Amino acid sequence: MRLPGFLRRKSSREVAKDRLKILLISDRVNCSPEVMDMIKQDIAKVISRYMKIDTENMEIEISKSSARGRGNKNPSLYANIPILDLHKIN
Amino acid sequence: MSEVIVVTSGKGGVGKTTTTANVGTGLAASGKKVVLIDTDIGLRNLDVVMGLENRIVYNLVDVVEGNCRVKQALIRDKRYPGLYLLPSAQTRDKTAVNESQMRKLIDHLRDQFDYILLDCPAGIEQGFKNAIAGADRALVVTTPEVSAIRDADRIIGLLEANSFEKIDLIINRMRYDMVKRGDMMTVDDVVDILSIGLIGVVPDDENVVIATNQGEPLVGNHTLAGRAYYNICTRILGEEVPYLNLDHSISFWTKVTGIFHKSQEGRV
Repeated sequence: MRLPGFLRRKSSREVAKDRLKILLISDRVNCSPEVMDMIKQDIAKVISRYMKIDTENMEIEISKSSARGRGNKNPSLYANIPILDLHKIN
Repeated sequence: MSEVIVVTSGKGGVGKTTTTANVGTGLAASGKKVVLIDTDIGLRNLDVVMGLENRIVYNLVDVVEGNCRVKQALIRDKRYPGLYLLPSAQTRDKTAVNESQMRKLIDHLRDQFDYILLDCPAGIEQGFKNAIAGADRALVVTTPEVSAIRDADRIIGLLEANSFEKIDLIINRMRYDMVKRGDMMTVDDVVDILSIGLIGVVPDDENVVIATNQGEPLVGNHTLAGRAYYNICTRILGEEVPYLNLDHSISFWTKVTGIFHKSQEGRV
């Protein structure tokens, strides 16, 4: 009989599946966290020329449009940049 | 119309060569004209799995370099008319052949064969590039293990980047006793992670070792692996074959205890 989730130790099958899912996300993105951080800083620098943004809370990520990670050959870069002041020009 | 199929995996030792030998033999047994090309230059093995190692005169590099005609290098398998092997070179390395030479060779063979199967080396370097250069579709072989699946995912990414549209998955060395214990990923787990179509599941079967010892492909015989490979061939030929329930074949005891447990589907 199966024990309820909190009492049961994860089976090695579940461990393998969970590890693979996380591993493959970074493999598929093909981009190290360092490179992602550099991209983030550069985007922030460019946008900051035109408006005041919240660099602390901006997020960028590379994702594939297809939910399953396949079928769409072109991944896309999503950036979520909170704007603090739109009229910072000059 | 001929179809060129590359058998690849990324990771070594998951069963590319065994798959190539058995799928190729199975297609030939169905009356197709088939040539198997071993593209693993320097580490050739398809010849021994096929039991044809004593009949090699010329090899892939000889053909590419023009030391002989293609026909002279092809070894005819005595078991089935229409089954041929083009062995690899053992004393050279992967740089001895390039992608355009492979494409040219395959174009030459297309007129003469229904199926051209390429046994790809492990890795993602030149040998892999050569093997996929002239192929129309790919069979990706993996085992239900983290390292093999990770490499398979990488390979699938590279195949997609090279505009492959037909990529099918073969899960090799499946152990249903371990799946039942929760110690092996299920077929559905692997398919879910890799997100490509499944074309076959081959159970872990000691008969594969025995067949390799003897240099006799086991496709089509009564063994579990032999039946699994036969089903893969039939699916390649475009027929739908249901996945067999493997529960009864694990052991009598499992079957008896299985009455008390929820039956888990086993597939070949």
